[in-house]
Amino acid sequence: MAGMRAPERLGKWLVSGPPLVYLVVFFALPTLIMVLASFRTPGEFGGLAPLVDEAGKVDLNVDSYVRFFTEPVYAEVFLKSVWYALLTTVLCLTLAYPLAMLIARSSKRYRDLLLLLVILPFWSNFLIRVYAWMIILGPQAALARGVNGVLAAVGGEPVPLLFSSFAVLVCLVYVHLPFMVLPLYANLEKHDQALLDAAQDLGANAWQRFWRITFPLSLPGVYAGAALVFIPALGIFAIPDILGGPDDSLIGNVIKQQFLETRDWPFGSVLSIVLTMAALALAALAAWVGRRSSGAASRA
Amino acid sequence: MALLEIQGVIRRFGDFTAVDNVSLAIEAGEFFTLLGPSGCGKTTLLRMIAGLDVPDGGRILLNGADLADLPPESRPVRTVFQSYALFPHMTVEGNIAFPLKMAKTPAAEIAPKVAAALEDVRLSGFGTRSPHELSGGQKQRVAIARALVTHPTVLLLDEPLAALDAKLREEMQIELINLQKEVGITFVYVTHDQTEALALSHRIAVMNQGQVEQVDEPSKIYGFPTTRFVADFIGHCNLLSGPVRDSGNGIVTVDVAGLGPVRVAAPSAIAAGRPGTVALRPEKIRIEATAPADTPDNRCRGTVSDLLYMGDVTVYKVDTPGGHKIEALRANSASGRTKFFEVGDSVEMSWPIAAGHFIEE
Amino acid sequence: MAALAGYAFLYLPLVIVVVYSFNDSRLNAEWVGFTLDWYRKLFRNEEMLTAAGNSLLIGCAASLVSTVLGTMAGVALHRYRLRVLPVLVLTPIAIPEILMGVSLLIFFVMLNFTLGLLSVALAHIAFCIGFVAIVVRSRLAGMDESLTEAARDCGATPWQSFRYVTLPLIMPGVIAGALMAFTLSIDDFVITFFTAGAGTTTLPLQIYSMIKIAVTPEVNAVSTLLMLLTLVLIVIASKLSPTLLRSDE
Repeated sequence: MAGMRAPERLGKWLVSGPPLVYLVVFFALPTLIMVLASFRTPGEFGGLAPLVDEAGKVDLNVDSYVRFFTEPVYAEVFLKSVWYALLTTVLCLTLAYPLAMLIARSSKRYRDLLLLLVILPFWSNFLIRVYAWMIILGPQAALARGVNGVLAAVGGEPVPLLFSSFAVLVCLVYVHLPFMVLPLYANLEKHDQALLDAAQDLGANAWQRFWRITFPLSLPGVYAGAALVFIPALGIFAIPDILGGPDDSLIGNVIKQQFLETRDWPFGSVLSIVLTMAALALAALAAWVGRRSSGAASRA
Repeated sequence: MALLEIQGVIRRFGDFTAVDNVSLAIEAGEFFTLLGPSGCGKTTLLRMIAGLDVPDGGRILLNGADLADLPPESRPVRTVFQSYALFPHMTVEGNIAFPLKMAKTPAAEIAPKVAAALEDVRLSGFGTRSPHELSGGQKQRVAIARALVTHPTVLLLDEPLAALDAKLREEMQIELINLQKEVGITFVYVTHDQTEALALSHRIAVMNQGQVEQVDEPSKIYGFPTTRFVADFIGHCNLLSGPVRDSGNGIVTVDVAGLGPVRVAAPSAIAAGRPGTVALRPEKIRIEATAPADTPDNRCRGTVSDLLYMGDVTVYKVDTPGGHKIEALRANSASGRTKFFEVGDSVEMSWPIAAGHFIEE
Repeated sequence: MAALAGYAFLYLPLVIVVVYSFNDSRLNAEWVGFTLDWYRKLFRNEEMLTAAGNSLLIGCAASLVSTVLGTMAGVALHRYRLRVLPVLVLTPIAIPEILMGVSLLIFFVMLNFTLGLLSVALAHIAFCIGFVAIVVRSRLAGMDESLTEAARDCGATPWQSFRYVTLPLIMPGVIAGALMAFTLSIDDFVITFFTAGAGTTTLPLQIYSMIKIAVTPEVNAVSTLLMLLTLVLIVIASKLSPTLLRSDE
């Protein structure tokens, strides 16, 4: 109903008000406070120093920002996180694509079931999934013994599968795989089989059909999936924390460390803001790219 | 004073004016139809009467009172929607009882009223069915019953028969006419189907591009269209245009290129030289192989270019001098002869002065 | 087939966890024999039971509040052309969880708000609202608009139209959203990690400390039970709202 009267306008605020207020208080406000915190000094016992000191002066500075930009180790950690997230995204894409294609090409009856089967593991507890890899990659487990047995046979050193970058990566891919499958599937499902038939008619072989028709048309799904994998992967900390070695600290781990162990909250806030900026920039990029390339196949 | 008065109502959507300064006066007990092609504004106007949309300008008065501040639920106006809009999670009884519930009717009175409403639309016994179990025609009747159960002052119908097949539509049309007579409520009906409008209505408002072209009884709309659009939209019509040569004694003569002077009845005198159109219905033209024995008021020769066999009649399209294509209708004889002329035949057409209708440009 | 390998990859780790929960060995290395000991130990574990209780309590509270607020948000997103609400509702879902956890930690501490069950619940509600809103909104999008108009036409006020027509029709979506919110809350680790404070534990937090400190197959047992619960809830939810699992964010 267009053209609202006063009582309808009231209704609009009654309905959108409560969730709006809640999210402003418990999401927007904390975010702003975190931004503010990045400009403050760490407290004596950790946390934050008082905003207004004894002399009545407001204590704001950019010390923490300076520290981030001058000490290279943090930029390195950040770049390492980006690298891991990128690897995860690419690996997820290569694994998810065949799976999504299979589901999209299967008969209607099975599609919902197959989709459900992909998503169910996602709904199990995140930690359980990480823990499962602890078991699989554990030194006593079959896999490690097998691999190391082979290595020993050819005279090599035993390789620890657990507490390594390899473990972190495998688990990252495992945990994020469903996020790549879903948008890809949603896109591939809408592809018109007639296009491929026409191409085949014109002499294209299977690889050509895939590379020149299917893949380009699926790009919006690829970008959506990439965003859904890359952004969370960037901020992950539990996986390196549980499965990683001492060298596998990612930005998420450093943030956790700053907040709960070192308790240098202003610096932790700076790191968080850098992470947020990266995440938002990527989300915006994904949205922009998705809008541009969605002329071809899927819904706008 | 009319029951429902629409005064200078305007509705715009961005740059597009859907309803452009429309004024109408609808009398109590009328079956009033808004007729026009898609996009002419008829549905928008209907929705504003219902309160589902708010005008940008003008007023709508019911019994003299401005409806402006009344939300849809407070208006004594009910709508039958094109998609029927039956609540899928309620039974037929639940649907019909809904307005009564909203009007805080005492529980004891609801059941008998629902039963009476079902009887009115001849669906007694269907009360416990669910909407998805009903056919299109049955859904239609439930929608009507739901709309009438609280005895609204005006019933609005938005192309209610559009989704039904031809035979069912005809049956429902007759039912609607009878229903309206029985309950005596004012109906405001929206349709793009001109045969439907002609059959059902007491009066028709022909609309085009947000404006009202003509408001009149069906026979006058058909026989005496006042604009080219109305003449063309309603039924088939030959439109012969040209400057007026002279007028007088209730007759106007129009110079039509190639055909010469065409004489047509007109109520008032028209100044010579002014442009005009003669509206001529195909069934009023006499079409024959040879020149008529008497002296007709208007005549012309031509060659048959197309013919359309329609069962009861055949429509002949005739090329005439001046580049006109005139349509003439001839009933097929009962003895089985269905075609009097073939394509390419030379024919004589004639018609009296009263057969045509003059439209000023 | 490659795809079969994909499904195997997805499920094998979980299957191993379940299988080893019945394994009569402290090590999750190889199969020794069948036992229910770990489950018995689990139910005698005080900390675990407290954690489970907390998780359920927070889950119920968070689910209830976020369903109400999320339904309102879903209705608002569908019906009105707002600019701020979509951003506020959907961003918590799009950004890494650690950011919300950390900012809420600062927030609570600054307000001298004791960290505990309440702070966790409040945090959970904040990110669950978005999920419920999306489910409700998509359910509304599939609903015939003319039904609400018909209700108003029949004399219903906007509230009555919502209560008697819209709500019953979107109810499956609302319930699905509630179940999803409950699951998300029970399973949440990152945000809970930062907002729970010292003395409070939930099931995921308990599992985490067990993993870090002393791994025993009790972890497998509690994981299996948790997975079972989640499985049941999600299957119910997906039956109620068939498009639940096709998130078009």
